[in-house]
Amino acid sequence: MTKKQKKNLIRIILASVLMTAFLFVPVGGVWRLLLFLVPYLIVGYDILIKAAKGIIHLQPFDECFLMAVATIGAIAVGLMGDGDYVEAVAVMLFYQIGEWFQSYAVGKSRKNISKLMDIRPDHANIERGGGTEEVDPDEVETGSVIVVKPGERIPIDGVIIEGESALNTSALTGESLPKDVMTGDEVISGCVNMTGVLRIRTTKEFGDSTVSRILDLVENASSRKSKSENFISKFARYYTPIVVFSAVALALLPPLVIMLSGGSAAWSVWIYRALTFLVISCPCALVISIPLTFFAGIGGASREGVLVKGSNCLEALSKAKTMVFDKTGTLTKGVFEVVSIHPDKVDENTLLHMAAHVERFSSHPIALSLRAAYPEEADGCEITDVKECAGQGVTARVNGDIIAAGNPAMMKSVGALVEKCPHNHVGTVIHVARNGEYLGHIEISDVVKPTSAAAIASLRKAGIKKTVMLTGDSEAAAKKAAEELDIDEVYSGLLPEDKVNKVEELLSEQKGKELTAFVGDGINDAPVLTRADIGIAMGALGSDAAIEAADVVLMDDDPLKISKAMRISGRCMAIVKENIWFSIGVKVLCLVLGALGLANMWTAIFADVGVMVIAVLNAVRALFTRKV
Amino acid sequence: MKKTYKIDVDCANCANKMENAAKNTEGVKDATVNFMMLKLIVEFEDGADPKEVMPRVLKNCKKAESDCEIFL
Repeated sequence: MTKKQKKNLIRIILASVLMTAFLFVPVGGVWRLLLFLVPYLIVGYDILIKAAKGIIHLQPFDECFLMAVATIGAIAVGLMGDGDYVEAVAVMLFYQIGEWFQSYAVGKSRKNISKLMDIRPDHANIERGGGTEEVDPDEVETGSVIVVKPGERIPIDGVIIEGESALNTSALTGESLPKDVMTGDEVISGCVNMTGVLRIRTTKEFGDSTVSRILDLVENASSRKSKSENFISKFARYYTPIVVFSAVALALLPPLVIMLSGGSAAWSVWIYRALTFLVISCPCALVISIPLTFFAGIGGASREGVLVKGSNCLEALSKAKTMVFDKTGTLTKGVFEVVSIHPDKVDENTLLHMAAHVERFSSHPIALSLRAAYPEEADGCEITDVKECAGQGVTARVNGDIIAAGNPAMMKSVGALVEKCPHNHVGTVIHVARNGEYLGHIEISDVVKPTSAAAIASLRKAGIKKTVMLTGDSEAAAKKAAEELDIDEVYSGLLPEDKVNKVEELLSEQKGKELTAFVGDGINDAPVLTRADIGIAMGALGSDAAIEAADVVLMDDDPLKISKAMRISGRCMAIVKENIWFSIGVKVLCLVLGALGLANMWTAIFADVGVMVIAVLNAVRALFTRKV
Repeated sequence: MKKTYKIDVDCANCANKMENAAKNTEGVKDATVNFMMLKLIVEFEDGADPKEVMPRVLKNCKKAESDCEIFL
């Protein structure tokens, strides 16, 4: 609690105690008024002062001014009539309770959310002249060597030059499994070092490091306002004046009409009803609950590893009906893997063994996948005379035999006869020959991520009507992946600029308020990410261009996170809608009841404060995203 | 040119009033109040000097909402 909140709480308690006590004091007339003025002034003096300032500044539609008019009016009605001043004090009291609660709730969520993003490292241990020195991360220059002990947070992005450890990345990605790292690995700031001491050469300044960028993004996200927020601030601008003019009309017109038609005008009744109007004139419940919902939603999403760049993006995401995916790296792993082995003369293991040996010294993606499939590659076999034939493959002498691995052209050049395979291959095929004799072939291909199919299915459940896959890959490979994942439309063989055109085509096809989102891995997708209604970049922690271009950044590369992001945004928007309808509904209802004389000031103030409390509590619900 | 200032204001509607007041200040192209982070982001018109514009923004905000503060 802040100092101000404490002071206001004391005022509220003191005033309510005094008010209750004075109910039992048997005095009447002016003395009773003076008695009740004490708690009234204790709880409301600042409102009265602010109201006076509002008049001086010619800002008459200030809610303080309206509260002042309503309560002073109620006192006047009491003075003329039954001598009931409790109502005026209570209205002021409840108004203040509402304000206090609002300020407390907002302060609390501010704290909660900043705790959520508590990834800011407070120091860095820099290596200087033999020892280490603790400095502010801001002061570390690029290329310095820092030491991160177990339990500490990596303060700045860099490369490990010594040591190995497991890193806890959960604060960044929401992933609870620790990540093993060793010398030579790049590490990003914000991860917690768990087991070993690491020496890291920094590659960025603190301000450009991942942790700074993320904090910057999350903190500024709620500055980009959504349509709902703009609607509400516009609504608030008209709501108060409308209520005030209605109040004036209510106070004057009915009695005048009654008087003209010959009846006796009960002025005090109509003035009282008009004062009731003024009590409901504050639009605070709405105005606070909408941005609070977005703030909580964005905060909750960031804890799950989903960075939403603005309230407007969170809102847009819930309206996405078409989801366009890039294939490689988004739905697939983006690395080649051996998917099938078709030996002709030898067994599978031997074929793989031979192929892996030939590729021992190559760093081509194909070579990497072959070696990964045959982990015992570094055995005692002797490999000499490695020759790479560009566009064909590789030959080498393995234990005396000449082994060739490559495409049909390679086979032709070594005199091996490629036998027709009955299988239909969609990936890249590596043929292997020994001393000019054909041994068989190995198919390697990019494989889909294990969660991709589930992700597509859950996106459909979250409201996506059409899924589209764009890829630069061959038609066969694209079709196979699309079938596996149950994707509606596939466009293959696309160059990066074709992807932009395709997305533009899809954008022009969409109807009404439906939006199109594009998901890419951010490496060469920046133009498409910008063009789509909603750009979603995944696994983009390291890529500045993608973070810049995207509206939503997924910190790891699990496609299931896309549907999670959609569900978070959907729930957030549901809460926003609930709050808008509920708050406006109750207020309008109270206005109608007040005009008819069915609601007194007590009902009005309960409607005002009660609605705010409920709306704020409902808004805070957006923060809990774990089970969404 | 955009600049961010720390602010203090009590309620969300007061923040809206501040935003409007800041927007309608001469030399300010656009202004956004982020009530949740208590920040005021001011986009100045070309050639406007923030040092000269900001006191006017503060004055207008105070007029709209006497209980607010901008930390310049």
